[in-house]
Amino acid sequence: MIDDETVRHVARLARLRLSPDEEQVMREELSGILEHIDAIRAMDLDGVPPTTHVIALENVVRPDVPVPGLPREEALREAAHVTDEGFGVPRMD
Amino acid sequence: MSAHEPVIGVEIHVQLSTRTKMFCGCELSFGDPPNTHTCPVCLAHPGVLPVVNEEAVRRALLIGLALGCEIAPRSIFHRKNYFYPDLPKAYQISQFDIPICGRGEFRALREDGSELVVGITRAHLEEDAAKLTHAGGRRAGAAESVVDFNRGGTPLVEIVTEPDLRSPSDVALFLRQLRQTLLFLGVSDCSMEEGSMRADANVSIRPVGSQELGTKTELKNMNSFRFLERGIEAEIARQEEIVAAGGRVSQETVHYEPDTGHITSLRSKEESHDYRYFPEPDLVPIAPDPAWVEELRAGLPELPLPLRMRMVGEMGLSAEDAEVLTERPELVAYFMEAAALADPKACANWIRGELRAQLREVGVEPWQSKVTPAHVAALVGLLDAGTVTVPAAKEVLAEVIASGGDPADVVESKGLGAMDEGDLAAIVAEIIAANPDQAQQLRDGKDKVIGFFVGQAMKGTGGRADPQSVQRLVREAVRGD
Ligand SMILES: [Zn+2]
Repeated sequence: MIDDETVRHVARLARLRLSPDEEQVMREELSGILEHIDAIRAMDLDGVPPTTHVIALENVVRPDVPVPGLPREEALREAAHVTDEGFGVPRMD
Repeated sequence: MSAHEPVIGVEIHVQLSTRTKMFCGCELSFGDPPNTHTCPVCLAHPGVLPVVNEEAVRRALLIGLALGCEIAPRSIFHRKNYFYPDLPKAYQISQFDIPICGRGEFRALREDGSELVVGITRAHLEEDAAKLTHAGGRRAGAAESVVDFNRGGTPLVEIVTEPDLRSPSDVALFLRQLRQTLLFLGVSDCSMEEGSMRADANVSIRPVGSQELGTKTELKNMNSFRFLERGIEAEIARQEEIVAAGGRVSQETVHYEPDTGHITSLRSKEESHDYRYFPEPDLVPIAPDPAWVEELRAGLPELPLPLRMRMVGEMGLSAEDAEVLTERPELVAYFMEAAALADPKACANWIRGELRAQLREVGVEPWQSKVTPAHVAALVGLLDAGTVTVPAAKEVLAEVIASGGDPADVVESKGLGAMDEGDLAAIVAEIIAANPDQAQQLRDGKDKVIGFFVGQAMKGTGGRADPQSVQRLVREAVRGD
């Protein structure tokens, strides 16, 4: 089991405010996920290269040719708040 | 001598001047109205998939090859997770433990001719964040910022050096010459002012002779080499003061205020550097075909450092000439074309001196002007043959700048040819006769008076007198020697 402090740390990084009950649920669920890693660790993996991708594809690229994007009104349509032709956000200093 | 030495490494972000963004087909733009180059990918709408821009990979490889980096046979992208309004996905697609370009080395040449060798740790591909501006700029007191996603997703190469630099001036030298190399590769505009090249410095100090590294601070985002150099100087002084007072430098990000010369700490939250990198599942590995890499290597242009060495060693230029002439690839091409037709040293002098000085007044670079490299060579040839004097050659140049005419024709049509010896001797005799006092002074050994006669002769001939000849003729006439 991971400890409460680790749960709180991960929650802060994810900008989540958890109640003590929610922390407990998260602690159990995260621990469960990490136990899968323990199962892999228990195997003999000498000589097996680390895997980062599960599909055997490489070099999926596109040519450097512009394609039309979104008109500004459409780009801004989903914005929570529009200011000065842009996405308005709380002041960042 | 200070008991401490600085240890400095730099991280350079270079915006690639591709046509489109790193992971989507939105066109790159500078100065277009905000949020006019976006799409669901660079706005991070749900369910979209990034696709790598092949040209960005090519340019990253060119940079790696020019820096002598090992090219990774297979590199992958990672997600760097953090929250900020300029990062709509809440992660930046970057590279982590397997960058496209690994260890390399960059050699720069100091003015005294000594070599500066800087280890390159890595160079990797990533995407730029969007641009954040303060709405308060226009409305004082506004509690808002505005995000423009035109820049978001621009291809970046981040170059990281080893902590091999030992002085602020070496950092500036390294960055200037690195920038030149990148300009020669044609991969980026490298404009510090416009932010297409940005540099951060990691600065620490340690007792001289020590091999350990002290605690470093990170000096962020300076927008000119000069400010970066001064900022590093100020940060070294600040750290030395702390240590002298018995304190300890703490690891933090600092900012240099060019106006006041002060260093301020950018309070960063303790957890802000926990980026939780993990492999980007939406992108497959990049494994450049070795034949392609070799083709790129073979096609690299002649880079500034070997070029400068050749200019000094084979063409007789000074180190300073070579540095100035290799500022821009266009200038190199211009000079080389002239130097193939006339004495390289004289061409160098005219191009970096009079030509650039006159063109600066009209705001034009040599390669954009009406003066062709052949014109420069012709002018040097006319001087060499004694057909024109230096002052007259400057006038000829001004006329070529204005009209684009051939220098020899300009000499002819404007009557700027050097006077022949007989005519000049007659004028000198007149000047001596009209100025007996000065002539007497010269006879008495007041050699400085010779300048007076040269000036008079220039005035009397409209600059068509060769100063050396005037001096000789005056001396002969006055002293009989
Ligand atoms: Zn886009």
